[in-house]
Formats: sequence, C-alpha cells, structure tokens
Amino acid sequence: MPMTLAEKIVARAAGRSQVVPGEIVTCAVDLAMIHDSGGPRRVVPILKRFGVGLWDPKKVVLISDHYIPANDEETRRIGEVTRKFAAENALAGFYDGEGICHVVLPERGHLKPGMFVVGGDSHSPTGGAFGAYMFGVGATEMAGVLATGEIWLAVPETIEIEWLGRFGSGVVAKDVMLYLCGQLGMEGGRSQAVHFRGEAIRSLDMQERMTLSNMTAELGGQAGLVDPDETTTAFIRAAGAEPGDIAQWRSDPDSAPSERHRYDAAALAPQVAAPHSPANAAPVGEFGSVAIDVAHVGACTGAKIVDLRMAARVLKGRKVAPGVSLLVAPASRRDQEAAACDGTLQILVDAGAKLLPNACGMCAGYGGGELDENATCVSSIARNFKGRMGTASARIYLGSPYTVAASAVRGRITDPREML
Amino acid sequence: MTQTNHGRAFVFGDGIDTDVLAPGLYMKYPIATIAQHCLESIDPDFVKNVRTGDVVVAGMGFGIGSSREQAPEALKHLGVAAVLARSFGGIFYRNALNLGLPVLVCDAVDGIGAGDLVHVDAATGVIDNQTRGTRLSAKPLPPFLLAMIHDGGLVPHLEKRFAQGRVTGSSGIQDRLGSTIPIP
Repeated sequence: MPMTLAEKIVARAAGRSQVVPGEIVTCAVDLAMIHDSGGPRRVVPILKRFGVGLWDPKKVVLISDHYIPANDEETRRIGEVTRKFAAENALAGFYDGEGICHVVLPERGHLKPGMFVVGGDSHSPTGGAFGAYMFGVGATEMAGVLATGEIWLAVPETIEIEWLGRFGSGVVAKDVMLYLCGQLGMEGGRSQAVHFRGEAIRSLDMQERMTLSNMTAELGGQAGLVDPDETTTAFIRAAGAEPGDIAQWRSDPDSAPSERHRYDAAALAPQVAAPHSPANAAPVGEFGSVAIDVAHVGACTGAKIVDLRMAARVLKGRKVAPGVSLLVAPASRRDQEAAACDGTLQILVDAGAKLLPNACGMCAGYGGGELDENATCVSSIARNFKGRMGTASARIYLGSPYTVAASAVRGRITDPREML
Repeated sequence: MTQTNHGRAFVFGDGIDTDVLAPGLYMKYPIATIAQHCLESIDPDFVKNVRTGDVVVAGMGFGIGSSREQAPEALKHLGVAAVLARSFGGIFYRNALNLGLPVLVCDAVDGIGAGDLVHVDAATGVIDNQTRGTRLSAKPLPPFLLAMIHDGGLVPHLEKRFAQGRVTGSSGIQDRLGSTIPIP
C-alpha cells in the first residue's frame, strides 16, 4: 500500500512495513533534543525515580537557550543543573548559549532525512524541514523517552499543502505561515503531519523551509515535512554530516493524504497577525494605521541568518524611526558570525538596532527583557499570545523580518515592498 | 487515582493557550508558584475560586502553544479533576494524560454553564450535569491511556514497568496495535 512521507518514517521507526493513520504504534526514537527549561531540571528527578540513566546518551542533544544568560538565583541554578547533566552524560552534543535549539540542532549536523526525532519544545516540527519526523513533547514524556528510547504515537493523517509558482519579492516563509494560520486556524493541523510541497517550497533555502516547518506548531500540526532534495543534502554536508540516501524519503505517488490544499504563491501578499493569535492574520496593508513602540527580530522562526539579511536589505542606508526600539536577537552564534562577516550586522547596527543574546529571549517571555506595559510591538516570532513577551498588556503583531524592519523605519506597520 | 470526578464547572472560551495557563515569566519557579498565576490574564479570580475536584470546561484548542508541561500541571496542582473541551492542543493533550489529568474531547460543552455541578466519568465519557439534570457525552479515552491515568500518569506507569525489570520492549501499548484514539 502506498504511504505518505510521514507514514514511511513512522513505519520505519515502529519497525513495521506498513502503518495506517489512527493506529497506535510504539516508535524507536533516533534522536532526542532537550533544552534548559524542559530538560535536565525536569527530567532528572523522574529518571531518579525510575532508577535508570539515559537509554542512549549518543542519541541525546542538550541545548541551553531559554535561560540564557542567567540573570538571577533561579536561572543560575537552572544553568548549573543543565551543565551538570551534560558533564555526567556523554551526550551527542551540548551547546550552551550557542543559540536556539531548533536552529543549532541542524546547524551542527544532527538532523537528516528519514529520522524519527522528539524535541522537548513545541517548535520541534522545525526538524521536518529536513524530511525528518520531528515533534514536540513535554518533560514527563521526554523523561520516558530518555529512559526507554521509545514513544507511542497515533499514526498521523497527512495534510498536503502545495504552493504553486513563485513568491513575489518581499514575500517569505513567515508570510506563508501567517496566511495559513489565518486560513486554516490554529487547529488547521489537528495534530496531523503537514507536508509542504510545490515549486514555491522547493525554491526556498533550508532556513526558510525551517520557518515553514517551525510554525506548523501554530497550525496545530504535529510535524511539518518538506521533501528532502539537493538543497537539503547541501546544507547537511556543509554542517559536516552525511545525509544518506534521500530518494526513499518522499510520499509514494498514489499515497492518500487526508486533505490537500493548493495555493498560488504569486498571489500572496506580506501578512501580519494582530494580537493575540497568529490566526488573526491579514495582508499587511490592513494594518497601516498601527503605530509601534518596538520592532523585534528574534527567535528560531525569525532571526536566522536569512532573516537577518531580510531585515538588513530593508534597513541598508535607513534609520529606525525616533521613539522606536529595534531589537535584534540573532538565533545562533554562528548565524551572528555569518552576519558579522558579510556586513549584515553592521547595517542593522548602523540603522539603530540593539543586539540581544543568541537565545529565545523575549520570545519565550521567560524573564530578562519583557515589553513595557501597554507597548505595541511588531515581531518576527512565531506566536503572539497574550503575555507571550512577558507583559499581558502588551500588543504583539507578527510579521516577516522584512515587515518588522520596514515598520521600524516608518514607526508604524508597513508593507516592506515599498522599501525593496 | 479515581477516574470519576465531580465538581463545579469553570467555563472558558476557545484558544486558551499555554502562555495563559503557565505564564512564561514564572516558568523558572516551582509549580506551586506558577499555579498561582494560572489563567490570571483572562480570569484573575480563577486561582482564588477553584477547589479540588472542580472541572475546567472550554471550547476549541484548549492548551494550544508551548510544550511546557507546567500548563496542565498547574491545573492539576490547583485540584482540577478533569478538563472538557471541544478540542485540545496536541502536546497539551499528551502532557495532561502523562500527568494523570483526564482531558476529554466533548462536543457538548455548551450544555455546561459556569458553576454547574458536573460529574465526569473518564472511562465511559459520560458527563452528568447535576445542576441541570442533563447527561452529556465525551469521547471516552482508549483503554491504554485510561490504564496510564489509572496508574497516576506516565511516571508511575513506567515505574511499574521498570520495577518488573522490563527495561526495553513493550510498554504495554504495543499489545493494542490497531486500536485508535481520538486525534485531539
């Protein structure tokens, strides 16, 4: 029986030749990613109760990104617990303050097509950009994985989302995902596998594909897959890893997704989502009267090197409007280095940007940099729930790095195509 | 751990997200502290009023957003005995069950008003609204998830397994291959 890409990966992990959506299987986990918030401080006490260690430390990657830098007694303690865990276990990788987990994991060559991966963070679908089945779990479930190497799964149905043609200038993956949230809602995925396909998707580079897969979380999907191709293998090789045989990791021609959606890429305008949900998305032109206090380029979904370059393309030779703060938190140290090397960082700083640490920072709203009371912010992050950036009275609008940069220059939400 | 619960209903709308249930600012603290801020940005009196055995009732997408387990943990800490909603965020749904908090998909939540006394049977999905004298139904949980809740959640469930010396292999789930659960 033909299978979708998601079904193929799940079947392989479950040791089965065939799986059917809805059936419950137990899968062997190829890789588990944990971070400082949901990781050691939460799972170590549970592992102690079990009286066991890690099922396979060489399949575990630990990345500190939520409480970076520590700024009080609690966060220092969390850092200590995290580093102690790394010292006591010969992990596949430990990255302390090197950037946000979803960006660092593939950057260091830990992901490849066909893998079955769990991450202790809701934006774990990011890994699907590499043709891996990667999804987020909570700390208790992660403790179970770390102890057993297994997890149960209801085999997901697949929703295919095809983008035909090419995106216009100034229209990027973030616009695609905000648009889809607006069209399909926050439950458009219903814990299913979302499979992004079509010419417009194939034309995206890896970090843009990561933005798509990342925000599958906002669509309510469990995983967000993109077919691996030469773009994928080139990225993995550059990260120092071997991609393996990718030909098998695509849907069979006659496989049956539960839904198919088709969109015309050329018709898509830059999108903005109003408070307090990514589903409140509409074309940027509808928000021109919204004045902003803060423009924020940050997070796994919005401050990778491609995102920084988008912001720089708008900001080159321009200045941030008086009274507006432009805050930039490059998603990883390596991406920040790349931005320093190619002049991107200088353009941002010259325009008036203030740099923040390579961490989740304001996007997690975990402390150490919240919005002011009643502030209005436009940000390239993934979600704008009430209180998301630490302050419940703040109003957060979501847009692409292009849109955030253009809005910073004008002091109000602005269509970036006017500046490209 | 009982699968039958009754208490007063606290009724919320659609899209109650994890930032509302467990605000990021308090995530560095123990659950007792986080729980004191549960739902405060939309209902400042919830924590003050909720008592052990009460039931949270909501619309679509309860628990969408973050993987932070403190979202269902805060509800459990406050004594919430069950959550009934039209649908749940996928990770929240698994987290709640892993913690032993029954979460039931229920299309009939409109039949429950704020303060109604309700009785929830997670095994059968039968909900009695004692205030209105009506009986509603939720999708029952599949047996293997009920067994996990019955044990008190995933940790005690796995503890049993490790105590039996089964370090790898079937978790008791594989016996039921072919059964289906509602996709939240």
